[in-house]
Amino acid sequence: MKIDSIKNGIVIDHITAGRGMELYKLLKLDQLECSVAIIQRVHSNKMCCKDIIKIDADIDLDMDILGYVDPDVTVDIIRDGVLVEKRSIDLPTELRNVIFCKNPRCITTTEQELPHVFRLTDREKRIYRCIYCETKA
Amino acid sequence: MRSLIDILELSVEEIDELISLAEDIIAHPEKYRDSCRYKKLATLFFEPSTRTRLSFEAAMYELGGNVLSMASAGSSSAAKGESVADTAKTVSCYADIIAMRHPKEGAPMVAAMNASIPVINAGDGGHNHPTQTLADLLTIWREKGRFTGLTIGLCGDLKFGRTVHSLISALARYNGNKFVLISPVELKLPSYVKKDVLQKNQISYTQTTDLEAALPELDILYMTRVQRERFFNEEDYLRLKDSYILTPEKLNKAKKDLAILHPLPRVNEISVGVDADPRAVYFKQVLNGKYMRMALILKLLEVEV
Repeated sequence: MKIDSIKNGIVIDHITAGRGMELYKLLKLDQLECSVAIIQRVHSNKMCCKDIIKIDADIDLDMDILGYVDPDVTVDIIRDGVLVEKRSIDLPTELRNVIFCKNPRCITTTEQELPHVFRLTDREKRIYRCIYCETKA
Repeated sequence: MRSLIDILELSVEEIDELISLAEDIIAHPEKYRDSCRYKKLATLFFEPSTRTRLSFEAAMYELGGNVLSMASAGSSSAAKGESVADTAKTVSCYADIIAMRHPKEGAPMVAAMNASIPVINAGDGGHNHPTQTLADLLTIWREKGRFTGLTIGLCGDLKFGRTVHSLISALARYNGNKFVLISPVELKLPSYVKKDVLQKNQISYTQTTDLEAALPELDILYMTRVQRERFFNEEDYLRLKDSYILTPEKLNKAKKDLAILHPLPRVNEISVGVDADPRAVYFKQVLNGKYMRMALILKLLEVEV
């Protein structure tokens, strides 16, 4: 399968196989007007198989979403067909309106204006908890 | 300006200070009689509660302050759809400190984020109830004189019982304590409390369904009620509500200096016959709750006496 290389844009590489579509949705890439390619289950020497997303425009990516869903991804910035920057991702310490609290007793279920905020409480196990009711994400 | 939402926001040293202050209030109540003169406490209770609201109100009156209270949640602006944030901002214009109980978990935190005066969490759903824990701690202190080297039995609803979770978190910060978790299988202590509090702090604990077998080794027995309001399913509540009933006969096997605590109200988990036993300290615990709330109000209002 052949996908054309991009001239100016972003390549999200080393996505854990199967998580590409989740990232596509959370990053709201469906709302972009440029071309976006999701390539699933690509053979990789390092990871066995992986997903890749190519975005044909230089946009502001929400790195917190990337870090939450898959902190091992790499982000390559391409300009004039050349890789100019490689960004690594870290687990975000706080997530705001990325995920939503599922606890029916949480105050966020009745106060619609409240932002849904989760804090990283265990980096090793990647556990995030709602700041209001402490329910695990 | 500081609020109290979770017991763990208070350091061990601050809890010691509050206990010393409460002891001084008990010994010299006249010193504090006018300490909050012209100050107002607003009690915002969006969920039925008698003892906690009365305890806060009694605490403020005994400090010489005044209380603003709403008749019921149904008559408040919340019933008209006002947000917790707006309520907190509005009440900040009238009062000097807020005590809030709310059925939704995190509501007092939202109030604290928006109020310009201190907010005390007086219970948010099944989540936190820090002033109950302060009452529990003062009772343990007054009965045992220490927070270390105790074997503490927690009995009943350990799953939804917020007072149990907070008390374990508070006591886990002291050395040499051992917990005996006594509950039906369905109401066991949640695994995150075991992992994040007990195992993380290398606290010794055992789990059992047998209250009578556990009784002889206990220094403290903390009984809890199976709470109807925490169940989505009435059948489950009815099946589990009578799991443990403490009677004078069962106490024959207990230590002579056992202290029996209960956050109250009780339904039938402690028979009335136990009340006359000197080891039953749950009504002293109610009184201790008032003293700790007095100490907390003084601390948060930064009143020096």
